[in-house]
Amino acid sequence: MSEVIPSTPQGMPVVAMEPRLRLIVSHADDNMVLAQRLGEWISNAPDLEIDIALGNIALDHLGVARALYTHAGALEGQGQREDEFAMRRTEREFLNLLLVEQPNGDFASTIVRQYLFDVYQRLLWGELATGSDDEVLAGIAAKAAKEAAYHHEFSSSWMLRLGDGTEESHARTQRAIDSLWRFTAELSEPYGEAWQRDVDVVFAEAGLRVPDDPYQRSGGREGYHTEHLGFLLAEMQWMDRAYPGMAW
Amino acid sequence: MTYDVPVAPGESADIEERIEGAEKGWPMWEVFVRARRGISHVHIGSLHAPDARSALQNARDVYTRRGEGVSVWVVPSSEISAFEPEAAAEYVEANEKVYRLATTYDIPDEVGQM
Repeated sequence: MSEVIPSTPQGMPVVAMEPRLRLIVSHADDNMVLAQRLGEWISNAPDLEIDIALGNIALDHLGVARALYTHAGALEGQGQREDEFAMRRTEREFLNLLLVEQPNGDFASTIVRQYLFDVYQRLLWGELATGSDDEVLAGIAAKAAKEAAYHHEFSSSWMLRLGDGTEESHARTQRAIDSLWRFTAELSEPYGEAWQRDVDVVFAEAGLRVPDDPYQRSGGREGYHTEHLGFLLAEMQWMDRAYPGMAW
Repeated sequence: MTYDVPVAPGESADIEERIEGAEKGWPMWEVFVRARRGISHVHIGSLHAPDARSALQNARDVYTRRGEGVSVWVVPSSEISAFEPEAAAEYVEANEKVYRLATTYDIPDEVGQM
């Protein structure tokens, strides 16, 4: 982890980022990657209304990512714009949580991923909106906190509806939890009890359970990713890489 | 030529039954939005949702994303009563009685919304 070579001239080596910049880029990457994943639902969602809802949530995440990348570029002071952060860094330079890069799977899987992340982001933005001495970051956090509150309302209500719904919806939701739970240490670690409390309440009401298997994977914040991120970035970045600096 | 249609667990193998189920989908809801304080809720459209909480969320996403309203109502479409189109004449017939129409009054602009 001490030697990371930047793969593009503009890309900063991960280890060289100063902590404040790194924090901002990490959260921008969470939102960028999840926006890309949710965007994959467009035209494929179970219902027209859900299609629009997931698209709107994706756009909220994208908006947060853009604001944070722009802010990171200004702090860094080397003329990097939002597109360079999003489109010109490689997998190894992305600092997002492993959870958000996991494939959409079925609708239950998308909802479980969203809910676990929404609990995390609500706590995060609430803290940064009032506790950050970086005014720009606090401003972005205050706006993002309102959006995260709505995302949480959307995803937690779907957790209840699916978990406490039909036999099929319950089975699919529990299956999604069983497969995604190993990526939650990265989310629960910073907020410990508060994160767990929200999850416990919703799981209990929805009749869902936390898996017994204690195995956890982490490393996203250090740039060590699951195999899925590379494919996501390839699709997201190919056009900008094929036609650098293109605009339309 | 025949096709084997994949069947998900819990799903009927009868294709006709499945199509019927898919067409039925979620119930329909009518959406009413109040644009600002002091005026009435206005019907702006309809949507599908499995329950009231979800209908409100969908209404927010489909109709009020750009700050269109301060208040939203959703009502199950099945709860709305309407007269049959053939009976319209019995209910709607004011046009030839001009005294019922306030078209001859000039309303000053200052009055605003009435």
